[in-house]
Amino acid sequence: MSELRNYHAAVWDEPLVMELSAPGRRGNVPPAPIAELDPATALPGAVLRQAAPALPEVAEPDVLRHFLHLSQETMGMVGISLFGTCTMKYNPRVGEQLSGRDGMAELHPDQDDSTLQGLLEAVHRFDLMLRGLSGMDRFVFQPGGGAHAAYTHTAVTRAYFADRGELEQRREIITTAQAHPCNPATASAAGFDVITLPVEEDGYASLDALKAVLSDRTAALMINNPDDMGIYNPHIKEWVDAVHEVGGLCFYDHANFNGVMGRLRARELGFDACMFMLHKTFGVAKGGGGPAVGAYGCSEELATYLPGPLVEATEDGYVRRENPRGVGRVREYLGNLNQVVKAFGWLTAMGADGIREAADISVLANNYMEVRLLELKGVTKAFPQMTKRRLEMTRFSLEEYTAETGITAVDVQNRMGDYGIDAFWLSHEPWIVPEPFTPEAGETWSLEDIDYWIDVLAHVLEEGRSDPELVRTAPHQQVVGQLDGSSLDDPEKWATTWRAHRRKSGRG
Amino acid sequence: MTSSGPWAARARVLGIVVNPVAGMGGRVGLHGTDGQVELARARGAEPVAPARARRALARLHELAPDLDVVVAPGALGADHLPDATGWRVTVLDGPEPGAETTADDTRAAVSALVAAGVDLLLFVGGDGTARDVAGAVWAVCDDCVPVLGVPAGVKMHSAVFGLTPETAALAASRHLAAPERHGTRQAEVVDRDAAGDVRLYGTVQVPALPAGVQPAKGAPAPLADDATALAAEVAAELEPGRLYLLGPGATVDQVGHALGLATTPLGVDAVCDGRLLAVDADEATLLDLLARHDRATLVLGVVGGQGFLLGRGNQQLSPAVLRALAAADPAGLAGILVLATPAKVGALPEPVLHVDLDDPELAAELAGYRRVRTAPGRSTVLRVET
Amino acid sequence: MAHPYMPNSAAESKATMMAAVGVADVDELFEQIPEDHLARESNGLAPGVRSEATVRRLVRGLIDRNDDCVANLSFLGAGLWQHHVPAVVDEIVTRSEFLTPVWGTTSSDFGRNQAWFEYASMLGELLAMDFVGLPVYSWGSAAGNAIRMAARLTGRGEVVVPASISPERLMVIRTYCGLVGGNDPISVRLVDFDPASGTVDVAALGLGPDTAAVYLETPNHLGVVETAVAEIAAAARANGTETVLGVDPISLGLLAAPGDLGADVVVGSTQPLGVHLHAGGGVGGFIATRDEERYAREYPTLQVSVAETTRGERSFGMTLFHQSSYGSREDGNDWTGNSVYLWTVANAVYMSLLGPQGFAELGRTILANARYAAGRVAELDGVTVRWPDGFFKEFVVDFSATGRSVADINAGLRAHHVFGGKDLSTDFPDLGQSALYCVTELHTADDIDALVTALKEVLA
Ligand SMILES: Cc1ncc(COP(=O)(O)O)c(C=O)c1O
Repeated sequence: MSELRNYHAAVWDEPLVMELSAPGRRGNVPPAPIAELDPATALPGAVLRQAAPALPEVAEPDVLRHFLHLSQETMGMVGISLFGTCTMKYNPRVGEQLSGRDGMAELHPDQDDSTLQGLLEAVHRFDLMLRGLSGMDRFVFQPGGGAHAAYTHTAVTRAYFADRGELEQRREIITTAQAHPCNPATASAAGFDVITLPVEEDGYASLDALKAVLSDRTAALMINNPDDMGIYNPHIKEWVDAVHEVGGLCFYDHANFNGVMGRLRARELGFDACMFMLHKTFGVAKGGGGPAVGAYGCSEELATYLPGPLVEATEDGYVRRENPRGVGRVREYLGNLNQVVKAFGWLTAMGADGIREAADISVLANNYMEVRLLELKGVTKAFPQMTKRRLEMTRFSLEEYTAETGITAVDVQNRMGDYGIDAFWLSHEPWIVPEPFTPEAGETWSLEDIDYWIDVLAHVLEEGRSDPELVRTAPHQQVVGQLDGSSLDDPEKWATTWRAHRRKSGRG
Repeated sequence: MTSSGPWAARARVLGIVVNPVAGMGGRVGLHGTDGQVELARARGAEPVAPARARRALARLHELAPDLDVVVAPGALGADHLPDATGWRVTVLDGPEPGAETTADDTRAAVSALVAAGVDLLLFVGGDGTARDVAGAVWAVCDDCVPVLGVPAGVKMHSAVFGLTPETAALAASRHLAAPERHGTRQAEVVDRDAAGDVRLYGTVQVPALPAGVQPAKGAPAPLADDATALAAEVAAELEPGRLYLLGPGATVDQVGHALGLATTPLGVDAVCDGRLLAVDADEATLLDLLARHDRATLVLGVVGGQGFLLGRGNQQLSPAVLRALAAADPAGLAGILVLATPAKVGALPEPVLHVDLDDPELAAELAGYRRVRTAPGRSTVLRVET
Repeated sequence: MAHPYMPNSAAESKATMMAAVGVADVDELFEQIPEDHLARESNGLAPGVRSEATVRRLVRGLIDRNDDCVANLSFLGAGLWQHHVPAVVDEIVTRSEFLTPVWGTTSSDFGRNQAWFEYASMLGELLAMDFVGLPVYSWGSAAGNAIRMAARLTGRGEVVVPASISPERLMVIRTYCGLVGGNDPISVRLVDFDPASGTVDVAALGLGPDTAAVYLETPNHLGVVETAVAEIAAAARANGTETVLGVDPISLGLLAAPGDLGADVVVGSTQPLGVHLHAGGGVGGFIATRDEERYAREYPTLQVSVAETTRGERSFGMTLFHQSSYGSREDGNDWTGNSVYLWTVANAVYMSLLGPQGFAELGRTILANARYAAGRVAELDGVTVRWPDGFFKEFVVDFSATGRSVADINAGLRAHHVFGGKDLSTDFPDLGQSALYCVTELHTADDIDALVTALKEVLA
């Protein structure tokens, strides 16, 4: 085992910006008006603000330093983060730099197409690249995340069946307990009933269970494969065929694409639609949770129902056109195109060889981790009876370790933070595996970082045996200690704003 | 808690009882410890409940350092208290229990705790203990006092246990802080009877708490265990003129409640056109009813944590009754409605339901994948095995 | 050759891992995937470009081919507005620490969570609302989510929306409201606005027993400040209807706080608060209410709450997590997922910089500049400004009397490096050949001169 780093997170004891306020200070001064105008003469008094908002008064350098302190109190990928199913990877800084140029940052979507040719070309070329990767016939980038792409699918499904006069009958969307929660959740939000198939012995749901619920009420199947345990359902083609047989549509949540990039094409497997996450697989920064893009691609048949506008190449250049029978919009404008342009740059840099290699490295690195992790006492693998090698992730469990020490996966996660390692992925709801943890090495993390991660885990597990309190009360070398969550769901204590907190704590 | 809530007027009282021998049989291959303590000892079993009690109580003391506590004497409770500075502890009167504590000791302690006016009864044990506790609570005042189990038994199929001693402590502290806020829900107490069959012994109230402490995007939320909305949906679908046989269990019983009928959670009830035709019907009654209706549907819950659909706790639904059902309705067996809350489904060791009938042909007909309704507009599919 | 983004593409690292795993060929690791699932057709991608210089040149070429709103003088707005983005905002949101986190622990994400809490706190001050969720994808999404909250709260199935609403946003709302045939669709009933004032009043709404929500915006899409919000909110409340109010947060140093107007759920765009246009990639939508359990329990978002550590330090955690789709899958409220959280940090920096004085001055400058520009434009022959007394930063310019179409005029303006206002002629035919002009603090007297000169030439 290598020497562990002597890490300590930055601790600034940073006040809230509201607490930095001193009367009269200014952080930004807007331009003076072209011509003075007294608002009271321009608008009725009743629509004007009476009392000024209680915002902080802070000078510009102090605002800068405050947020620099907060940035330093955030680990991000400055530390090591193997957060599974989110595919933590390098976000090339050249993309950040370029998207800050006026030719991207200062474009308005209501500009005439003739003024947006470079942008529309990038969008179209990236669409073509994703068509190549998936076999789908067209992509849109309007969905602002993976879940939003799933929602787009439910909206497209609705439009498709409404067009056939079958919406009232096609009320059911089928998914599995291992599918990401956004699949059932968006199905429900779009007005469908949800059928969730359980995961069986092999780590996926069975074809017979699917067949037991397929009927002329079936609207769609929504599923990710491989899932976030690195398990691939080898019967997926039969699944798709069975759903098609009763007239349903099949949506492929391809969030876990990293291990199969270049090897699988959703359309060839029979899917009608799929989703890629540009903020995971395609090198775009997470940003702590967006701006994101769930690129939604589908067959020609479903393209009729896509939200508009669609970007097309014509002899007179690139144009946007509405999609008259489509679902209108799932949000405003074409999408987070700043992120599309970054993903376009990333995919260009990676190319056909690069993504294939990235997938290989992701799967290799995961299997390497698995070999080392399973040597640790107290670490087991979910669905061990499924003996085939996992893809880019493996679901592990600390159940035995917890039984031995009383220390949970969350405790271990907290303690690993003391060594500069950010949280691992546990598991989605429902927790079918107790005390789960799911690292994903991807192609970005070096062998040395991966080894360090495992060394830290090994060390923390030992600490938990020799000094359980140390681990149970972790972290100790972080910005702050362990959260006491007991007030979070208490209406008399929760406070999402400072004004609510002051009122509730009697400091109003 | 701040003192503004209406329930803050008086301090909350926690009652504690520990079955010190619970769980001993587990590691030595016994299916429970009740009545088998000697055998378990002989096989080298060590007590497990005291350590689990201490884990739960230590955590509870951290979470709720200021509490009124009434505790059974000696090994039944007081011995396992943490250094409880800040807790106002009352130890129940009565003789120190002997070395071999029995179910009677548990029951006596529970009666005394209920009499002492506790707001929550925290017990440490397994299904057998839960049964004793529930029985004793009912004997005094139906299900007036909410109960919560610290898991320490061999079998824990009753829906009254925290996932771990620590989560039980968390749930207890939240409930005691504001019982009215979260309310309680009805939960089943099940255990194996002398013949080894899983039986439903009764229901108790347990604290209904939303998710515990969670990091973002992690940690499991307790699964919903409230069947009222599902029951209302099913009740609204009932066809006129059709006979409905409502099987045992708290989930199916809610259908009766949704119809405003005094059905029983322990037996099979028969309903038609909003009227209760039979309560806790036996086989003969069921056969008679089926003979008099040409359309019938059986509504079943899932018994206990084992996932029994038929053949445990509902033997009155005999092969003869099932055949009569199939005869009454061509879709009879396929049309059996299965209801189970997400918590019930989640508690199954595997996504499998069991049927145990002395009629292999009939059992085979029932086998295969079957849709199970879990909430309005929600369902899952479980494999029925024989 | 190793790829610069992939440390383990160096042969030695790979060899070490292969040896440990015990495979001779990486293909062996893909044994789960049946042979006949593997891609048959080529994906057509070109070989990768390892040189950053080359990639940069290619992408930059595309970006720089666009005509942007800096090199050109833009009067486009309509829900996405060019305001000044202070340098400190850009400095902060390009920090790696804020660019790269996903879901750490409450300790490792501490700084980000504090920034999020500050965002919600300051926005709450602007809105006079105590409960603020983390943002959703866009204003339209926020409106959609809020209307769905209202439908769940009231058990009713209709939302009333003034016809002045942005067609872009209306399409989003319609999607979120669902279709008849599914479970619990919400019907969207459009009501006319008063052509004389551009506003709506209580009578226009026709509140009924099934009205779950009124969705109103001020200033509305046509730029006009609604004058009857308080009366509408009161009438709605009396009818058991929730008032969902859409606002432009940058107006709130000047215009009345929505909380003070009696709104129940407030939504709007976070983009004006320090986020660039990004061709529409700068959008984000907030949702805020009073801090009442009734509302809090219907949020579909994640929310950051101030809390304490076990050692008594101040920290932050997610409140009501279990009611999100992460916590409860299909039983959660709508759904959540990656959103626009980096912009939340931008918003926090922006509001900190402006402070109470900055927002007040900004509101006055924008109002004054927009009124000045409208006055100048209205001097042109055949050009009129509709509702010249009721708007904040956007106004409707009617070119009908010039006999020219807006499309034609805007094409002419482009030759002068001017992006004219958004063409309303298709979406609002009753307004004739009208365009929606947006003027902000960024416009100068010279800019307005340039517009007027260009318009004169184009209309000549
Ligand atoms: C498998 C899978 N599908 C969908 C999603 C949802 O993506 P987003 O958070 O971008 O909405 C995720 C993200 O966690 C995922 O892992």
